[in-house]
Amino acid sequence: MRLALRAIRLPLAGFELAMDAELSVDVTALFGPSGAGKTALLDLVAGLRRAPSAWIALDGRVLTDTAARYVLPARRRRIGYVPQDGALFPHLSVRRNLLYGHRPPPGEPGPVTLRHVAEVLEIEPLLDRGIGALSGGERQRVALARALLSSPRLLLLDEPLAALDRPLKARIIPYLKRVRAEFGVPMLYVTHDPEEVLALCEEVLVLERGKLVARGAPREILTAAPTTGAGA
Amino acid sequence: MSAEEWRVVAFTVRIAALATLVILPPGLALAWLLARRTWPGKSLVETAVALPLVVPPVATGLILLELFGRRGPLGGFLHERLGIDVVFTWRAVVLAMAVMSFPLLVRSARTAFEGVPRRLEQIARTLGAAGPRVFFTITLPLAARGVVGGTLLAFARALGEFGATILVAGNIPGRTSTLSLSIYQQVQLGRDDHAFRLLAVSVAVAFAAVWTGEWLLRRRPEGA
Repeated sequence: MRLALRAIRLPLAGFELAMDAELSVDVTALFGPSGAGKTALLDLVAGLRRAPSAWIALDGRVLTDTAARYVLPARRRRIGYVPQDGALFPHLSVRRNLLYGHRPPPGEPGPVTLRHVAEVLEIEPLLDRGIGALSGGERQRVALARALLSSPRLLLLDEPLAALDRPLKARIIPYLKRVRAEFGVPMLYVTHDPEEVLALCEEVLVLERGKLVARGAPREILTAAPTTGAGA
Repeated sequence: MSAEEWRVVAFTVRIAALATLVILPPGLALAWLLARRTWPGKSLVETAVALPLVVPPVATGLILLELFGRRGPLGGFLHERLGIDVVFTWRAVVLAMAVMSFPLLVRSARTAFEGVPRRLEQIARTLGAAGPRVFFTITLPLAARGVVGGTLLAFARALGEFGATILVAGNIPGRTSTLSLSIYQQVQLGRDDHAFRLLAVSVAVAFAAVWTGEWLLRRRPEGA
């Protein structure tokens, strides 16, 4: 995975998101306190938000080039998005949520089938339930499965575990690892919890008030800069 | 009830339903544009749409009469080019009902669309859904309660339309006479028993419409 973010300039409340970076690691953490501009950056990558200036490319394919007035619509980016609350469609069953964006990956039929994804995430018993009947952890697994089933080339995870308590977090993290191992989809993982970074990610980018202040291996960065760990 | 009275009831319900159907597509489109987009002139359109709620209905009727009369800009065009007359026909009743009900539909639907979390629509887009699919599979179902409520309100308003209708359609027995117009006429003629029968029917039809809407919504609870 190569995600190029160049000349990103986006005014946010009280500061500007400004970034020039190239990400090439398969599970990259975007780490920083709340309000650092992490979600805004994900929205830019997903094509859900416009910036005055941005050049974004994924694996050589340009997604956004504001200088050329080019913005590929979100629906054609093949970028999966799992927001903090899951954003499941409340009027559809779990199964219909999962199938909403289901498209077979290009080329030969791969492992991304409803049956297989449901098995890996252990949500088969939930398929015919309504969304209202799911627990927090189940919701996140369904949201993850739904994004996976759209055969994304990149998965954006926006604090997917932030709403869960610690024991539940510990139970969900292995699912994320299994997804990574089983489907090989690169992930950009937003969090303000150092434990999640250490458990899941190979590289971490630290964002503060819209600026990239550090990047590197999680163990080095998170032990060297404890002040950024606004983990509360 | 006499055959004539039944005819008035059937005509009113049919025409009010038609007027509601006619305003549904543009009403929902405008409500969505107001809820989800910013565009130049938006506040102007917003105000113009609300006008029939505050301008006296008779004044709205007069405006329609001027526009759609044979010598009016729209009426003249329709008469000469298409051979269609509007004023003092059933079409004028539809027109008056539609214009008077439109703001109620737009306002309810707009509020309902605004209540749908944008995040859900955005996520649908990341899942490959184009605009129309997002609207029909996410926005509209989640706004159903408000949209159905607004539609029924518009229908009920159309049923009771009086002021604009009497100006632009007149009260021609057998052609443009609606429930409200008939009630007024019967009272004027001192035939109170006729008026009260029609009154009872009006209340029953309105009650049935609202009750049906509630029932439809109860059958499909959200989040199930």
